[in-house]
Parts: sequence; C-alpha cells; structure tokens
Amino acid sequence: MTLTDKSPDQKPATDVAGPAHPLGVLWRAVTTIWSVPKARIGVVMLGVFVLGALFAPLIAPYSPTNNDFGRSEDMTAAHLLGTTAAGQDVLSQVIYGARVSVFVGFIAGLFSTIIAVLIGLSWGYLRNKTADVINFIVNLFLVIPALPLMIVIAAYLQNGGIGMIILVVVITGWAWGARVLRSQTQSLRSRDFVTAAIFSGESSGRIVFREILPNMTSLIVGSFFGAATAAILAEAGLSFLGLGDSTTISWGTMLFWAQNSNALLTGQWILLFAPGLCISLLATSLSLINFGVDGLSNPRLREGAKR
Amino acid sequence: MRFVLTKIGLLLLTLWAAVTLNFLLPRLMPGSPADAALAKLAQNGPVSPATKAAIEAQLGVPTGSMFDQYLQYLGNVATFDFGVSYTFFPQPVAGLVAAALPWTLVLVGLVTIIAFIFGTLLGVLAAWKRGTWLDTLPTVGGTFASAFPYFWTALLLLFFLGYVAGWFPTSGAYGRGTTPEFSAAFLLDAIYHAILPATTILITSLGGWILGMRSTMINTLGDDYVTFAEANGLKPRTVAIRYAARNAILPNLTSFGLALGGVVGGSLLVERVFAYPGVGYLLYTAVTNQDFPLMQALFLIITISVLLANFIVDILYGILDPRTRR
Repeated sequence: MTLTDKSPDQKPATDVAGPAHPLGVLWRAVTTIWSVPKARIGVVMLGVFVLGALFAPLIAPYSPTNNDFGRSEDMTAAHLLGTTAAGQDVLSQVIYGARVSVFVGFIAGLFSTIIAVLIGLSWGYLRNKTADVINFIVNLFLVIPALPLMIVIAAYLQNGGIGMIILVVVITGWAWGARVLRSQTQSLRSRDFVTAAIFSGESSGRIVFREILPNMTSLIVGSFFGAATAAILAEAGLSFLGLGDSTTISWGTMLFWAQNSNALLTGQWILLFAPGLCISLLATSLSLINFGVDGLSNPRLREGAKR
Repeated sequence: MRFVLTKIGLLLLTLWAAVTLNFLLPRLMPGSPADAALAKLAQNGPVSPATKAAIEAQLGVPTGSMFDQYLQYLGNVATFDFGVSYTFFPQPVAGLVAAALPWTLVLVGLVTIIAFIFGTLLGVLAAWKRGTWLDTLPTVGGTFASAFPYFWTALLLLFFLGYVAGWFPTSGAYGRGTTPEFSAAFLLDAIYHAILPATTILITSLGGWILGMRSTMINTLGDDYVTFAEANGLKPRTVAIRYAARNAILPNLTSFGLALGGVVGGSLLVERVFAYPGVGYLLYTAVTNQDFPLMQALFLIITISVLLANFIVDILYGILDPRTRR
C-alpha cells in the first residue's frame, strides 16, 4: 500500500488520537496512584527516604565515618541508636545509608527498565525467527537464579563498589520486565490503531515507540518500581555478604559489620534492627506504590471496584 | 507424549546454555581467575599436572583454541570432574558439593511446597473476601514481609529466638558431636535445627504466593462461568473453591518455577546467617576464599537444580491443563 498522494506536511491521522501532552499524562498517572490509599502511603514513605537521602548532611547528627566515640555503646541521648563496634554513630549511618539504597534502586531500576522496554517492545512486535531467539535468551535469564549469578560475577570483579553492584543488578534484573512488556505489546499490536498506523505508512520504530509505548505507561512504571525493589534488596544482600566495597556506608554493609563484630552476642539488637527495617520499609514503599500502578492497567484491581 | 518430548528438548537446550554460560563467565572477566586459583593452590604444596589441567580447563587458561578448551570443559562437566577445592584442599569439588546439596534441597524444597500451599489458600480467601480484613491483612502483611531481606529476617529470628530466648540452636544443621545417620533421634535433631532457617524462608516467600493467587483469583472471579455458577444458586463456598480457585491455581503454578530462583537465592543468605551446611554456605565460603573451582561448580549445580524444578512444574502443568499440551 502506497500513500504517495499524501502531501508531505500532512500529519498522519493517528496523531490526532495520540496521547495528550506528556506532562498531562504524568499528572494523570500521579493522581491515579495517589487515589489508591495503599499507594498514597507508599508515596509518602518513599518521599521520607528520598528527602532523608538528599538532606543527610543536615539531618544526621554526626559524620557517618567519624569513629571518635565509645565502642558498642548503648542507646543514649548523645547517640540515639548507640554506636558501632568501630565507634561510629549508628543513627548517622542509618541516615547516610539511605543514599546508597535510593541511588542504587533508582539507577539500576532505570537501566533495567530501559533494557526491558527496548527488548520487550521490539520482541513483542517482531514475528520472526529473531523473536524465538530472544524468547530463549529471556527465558534463560528468568530461570537462572539471579542472586547466585550476581554473587559469582561480583566475586570475579572484586570489591568493585556501587558501580559494580549496579552492573550486576542490571544484568540479572531486566528479563522480568521484558517479558511482561512483551506480552502486552503482543496484545496491543493486533488492535485497530496499530493496523491504522501500519496502513498510514509509519515505520516500525515509530509504531512501537510512539503508538504502542504510550499505552503501556503503567506497565513500564510498574516494572521500574519492581526492578528498583529488586535492586535495593540485591544491593543489601551483596553488601551483607561483603561483596561490595565494605567501607561504603550502606544498610547492607552496616549489617555485614554488625554480624562480623558479633552484635548478636553483645546484645546490640538495634544495630541489626534499624538498617534491616529501613531496607524493608523502602522496598515496601515501592511495592505499595505498585498497587496504584496496577490499578492503571487493570481496573479490576482498583480499590473499591465491584467484583 | 509430543508435549513431553518438546519440553525435554527445551530442557536440554537450556541446560546446555547454562553450562556454556558457566564456561564463558570466568573468560569474560578481567584478569585471570585461573592464575589466581593456581597461585593460591600452590601455597598448599606442589600442584599435580592433572589438577592444573582441570583447573585451567574450567577457568580458562589459554591453552589450545577456545573450542578445544570448551570440549575439554564439557567432558569434565559430564564426568562430574570439577577439579580440586583449595579451601578444603585436597578434597575434590564434586564431593563437597554432593555433601552440601541434600541439606539445601530438603530445606528449600519442603519450605517452598508449604509456602505454596499456605500462600495459595490465603490468596483464595483474600480474593473471595475482598475488601474485608481477611483481604487487607494478608495482602498488606504479605507485601511488607516479602520486602524483608531474607538475611534480615534470619538475623532477627536468630537473635530473638536463638540468643535471647535460647529456644533454638544458633548454627549448624545438627548438634555438635552427632554424625548424620538414619535414626529417629538424628532426624528430630535435624528438624530442630532446621526450624529457624525454614521459618525465615517461609515468612519471606509466603507474601508472593498470596499476592499472585489473589490477583489471578480476582481475574477468574470475573469470568462468565463463575457468574453462571452463582446464578445457578450454588453455595458461595462451592463457587469459590470448585469453580474459581481450581482454575486460578494454574496460572499461579507457572510462577512457581520462576519464584523458585528467588527462594534459592534467598536461602543462600539464610544459610550464611545460620551457618547451615548447604550449598549457600559453601558458596559463601568459596566466594570469601576466592575458591573459583568450588564457586563455579556450585553455581552450575544451583542453576541445574532450578532448571530441573522448572521442568517438573512444566510437565505437571501440562498434566493439569490439557490446553497447554497442544
């Protein structure tokens, strides 16, 4: 089918029915998430952690690396959560630890999502042998247990720090999102608006990224939060095993030092409790926001909807 | 039968890919892990040429073409020849792995099945009683608990129930001074030692099953045949269990295999906390000592176990749902 009779300045008809202004879409997404009570709690919790991470130098009473204090002190007015075995203030470390988790979660989540979008959408749109090969690779990455793979790679790239952790998390974390986005792409590609776009002579790249992509905003946001949660938990796990840079102040390394300095035997439960609770709360906040995101794509999951 | 054969073919292809990935990993890394391994091994005394060859084949010291190395590696894997560990010198890696594997298989296997059953039941209940406390409590609790890092749950249980209350042993899989044997006393001792690690995995993995089942069950409840069953005046309980839940379980079963990878990963951290002598603790020991031969073999065996579990679930799924057999 050719469209040679069309004048070059004429816009394709599909643009008329295209999405609203990007900011409008964003605003609508935010209000939809905010309208779900669970997601609202998640947004508030996440906000607290992000602000804590950004303003850590202002909030924290001491420098997290200052080790001039008494060793393994209990909770006092000067040290609300006590001090570590190396004589650092635990509260300051907890506040500064938010930086690593929020940073790793955001960056690794972002990169995983970008890869998931690129692979998931083109894989869902293609219908040839390439799709079979991608299918096999994605399934392979899905079934290979992620944490052992991360541990092995991290062991080879010794003490690589946060950059290394982000790299291994992204390598192992993109496949899930790619699969979810692919199945949605497959169901969207047979819809009328895509057929119309094909007949109006749009290129495949434009159809995938300008016509199909905007319809999957909620799924993409959802897979971002999922990937970020996984990244935060993975960073904590790897740091806990001592595979990251153990001089970085993060919740995972705090737990690593807590176990290695026998905080269990000395009875300093707060040293174990505080960092782990923060990891859980941060991960929970992202999962809670995802309840609101689910509602965007599946009205049946919206709160208060009748069965 | 054709369905089973296709699945077996796919399994073999995936196994081959996993083995090949294991071959490529050390070769893609900067530096030479094999040189590090040989240097470390040499500290324990002279290295026999056979040991040297096995380590080189596994970790990739460039002798011969890449293809020759690959063939030799495949031969070693096929004969379970993974070289010699230098953390536990001079024990062969294969023996160490074989001793650790049963502990993890039993622990993770049993707990996963228990978690699947309980989680599915709670998910059915949550979807059926949507909006009530029976829904809110398991969903919110499950979301929160599945955000717990495995090792944190483990540390807390270890601290409060192990050290403070003193109800459970704090490390190992059986009491000091006892040797593994098939007797009632030893079995009870092993179960006693497994309670804390098992509870940890259960708490952290249960939420996923609840949420997954709830979501598929809600979708199933919207189907026409459920409305039809309700219109026929069947008892709500019959509609929920015999009609909706029965069909909602199937999609949830496919995520079983995928979730297993996560549970296995989590159990590695749990084993480290409790010094439980399974593959996770062995992997931790291997990694901290840069025992690359042991590490590679463990990664391979963990991956193969998960692949096999997935294969079994796939076959089961085919038996339960005739539509997938086509």
